[in-house]
Amino acid sequence: MNLKQGIADISRALAKGEYSSVELTRAYLAQIEAQNAALNAYITVTPERALAQAEAADARRAKGETAPLLGVPLAHKDIFCTRGVRTSCASRMLDNFIAPYDATVVEKLDQAGMVTLGKTNMDEFAMGSSNESSWYGPVRNPWNHDMVPGGSSGGSAAAVAASLCPAATATDTGGSIRQPAAFCGLTGIKPTYGRISRWGMIAYASSLDQAGVLTRSAEDAALLLQAMAGFDPKDSTSADLPVPDYVAALAQPLKGLRIGLPKEHFATGLDAEVEQQIRAALAVFESLGATLVEVSLPNSHLSISAYYVIAPAEASANLSRYDGVRYGYRCDKPQDLEDLYKRSRSEGFGAEVKRRIMVGTYALSAGYYDAYYIKAQKVRRLVKEDFTRAFEQVDVIMGPTTPSTAFPLGSKSKDPVTMYLEDIYTIAVNLAGLPGMSIPAGFVKGLPVGLQIVGRDFDEARLLNVAHQFQLATDWHTRTPGTQA
Amino acid sequence: MGVENLMSIAAKDIEIIAHLARLNLSEAEREEALNSITSILGLIDQMQAVDTSNVEPLAHPFEASQRLREDVVTEQDQRDELLALAPSADRGLFLVPKVIE
Repeated sequence: MNLKQGIADISRALAKGEYSSVELTRAYLAQIEAQNAALNAYITVTPERALAQAEAADARRAKGETAPLLGVPLAHKDIFCTRGVRTSCASRMLDNFIAPYDATVVEKLDQAGMVTLGKTNMDEFAMGSSNESSWYGPVRNPWNHDMVPGGSSGGSAAAVAASLCPAATATDTGGSIRQPAAFCGLTGIKPTYGRISRWGMIAYASSLDQAGVLTRSAEDAALLLQAMAGFDPKDSTSADLPVPDYVAALAQPLKGLRIGLPKEHFATGLDAEVEQQIRAALAVFESLGATLVEVSLPNSHLSISAYYVIAPAEASANLSRYDGVRYGYRCDKPQDLEDLYKRSRSEGFGAEVKRRIMVGTYALSAGYYDAYYIKAQKVRRLVKEDFTRAFEQVDVIMGPTTPSTAFPLGSKSKDPVTMYLEDIYTIAVNLAGLPGMSIPAGFVKGLPVGLQIVGRDFDEARLLNVAHQFQLATDWHTRTPGTQA
Repeated sequence: MGVENLMSIAAKDIEIIAHLARLNLSEAEREEALNSITSILGLIDQMQAVDTSNVEPLAHPFEASQRLREDVVTEQDQRDELLALAPSADRGLFLVPKVIE
């Protein structure tokens, strides 16, 4: 059987009885066994759970059930709580944490009949753009093992790209789905803020965090989103809106589609060869009947500044719960309660997490709150208004997902600011709460290039449709490491 | 501590922030923190150049407020399972070093 296929193809093959879910699951587990050591894509592999779920799925199918995701394997980013399974968030702090409940995302995909192969590596607490901040060590890019896979969902991206699973869940606070998708040649979608429940998804920055998926195609992403999206009373910021039929929307032709190109995303800083690939992809959209319109997002250059106040501020509050008392890491022989708090947190958190907690604590401290936190929230509104104005003229916005292709391991990890600038095109989308996607759009020197597509709020159906039509006309998304010329 | 010294953070500020965040930093870590936070603040301070005097802060992307629910118990009793996750627990209680003499 072909492990390089996506979940739509697997769904069809399972329906036709070409193989069973147990056979497929065994094949993926063997692939993980053979290749994970070199990539470090998984933190935890759950073969027993996977085979039990696969057997259950085969039994349901034998009784006549035909749900599209029944028996289809996937991996979960290790930020989603999975009952009875270690959920570490790639932190020493949670290395011993066995989640006592399932995240809503996990529960929904379990109910859809999916098979969980394991939990994928990530930047610690989702803070990073290279998957180098994990307590479990860095993940390697399957296209070139000297390169980073992107982050924070680097393990999910590497696992899908290397066919260690056909799809994986992921989360995106400032680009953590779209940037790894771009670096690993995958389709990645971050839906609108509130579209998918955050219940059981370990919090980083609560006004920005959103769950999504990394897949081989837009069709795969549509199938998964269909099962994951929707209102959840357990998440107070979950959107109480109906979920459209994402799969049905894929077929709509693109004639008349107006695509906005933010001039700020085609300016200094963009690698010339990446730009060439993006321009060629845009020409494909023109040939499909779309028109290209220049738009402006004049405040987008301020989005990184605002993000690095808002996200650390929210993180400093969210991560205050890790105190060495109720769960997680506790230091050895605490002298008193303060020593217990301080040493548990200092030994349990890695350098980047501590850095962001410090920045956030500073930004929220007396005397600085207005100058930093309130100022950043004001800039956030300006960033959002830029998009509102642009969407008066266009249906979607496109551009490069990242300024360049995947960078070498170790090349940016010494300087946090250099790493932060990595998310220059993706962060504004989180500040505005909009849905964003990255799809494969070519290669530069053997490394994948990602095209970012941004939509109006709750317009995931349009994003998936636009991406699918492009994927019908191109084959970039079908390339896998080792086969690309 | 006022807006005029936004760019300058001193070594003693690092100690204060670390305490507020309940973190212990070694001398080397404090120095690293001073350097990296100074450069991060340099990045952040770019936003001070834009005039936002007539702009309202945006806390939630769609300005939604928290939803209210009925005040009823929805959690299941998982006491034993939750206590089993604690580094130290006894007879239904989380244990910490002695707080009151």
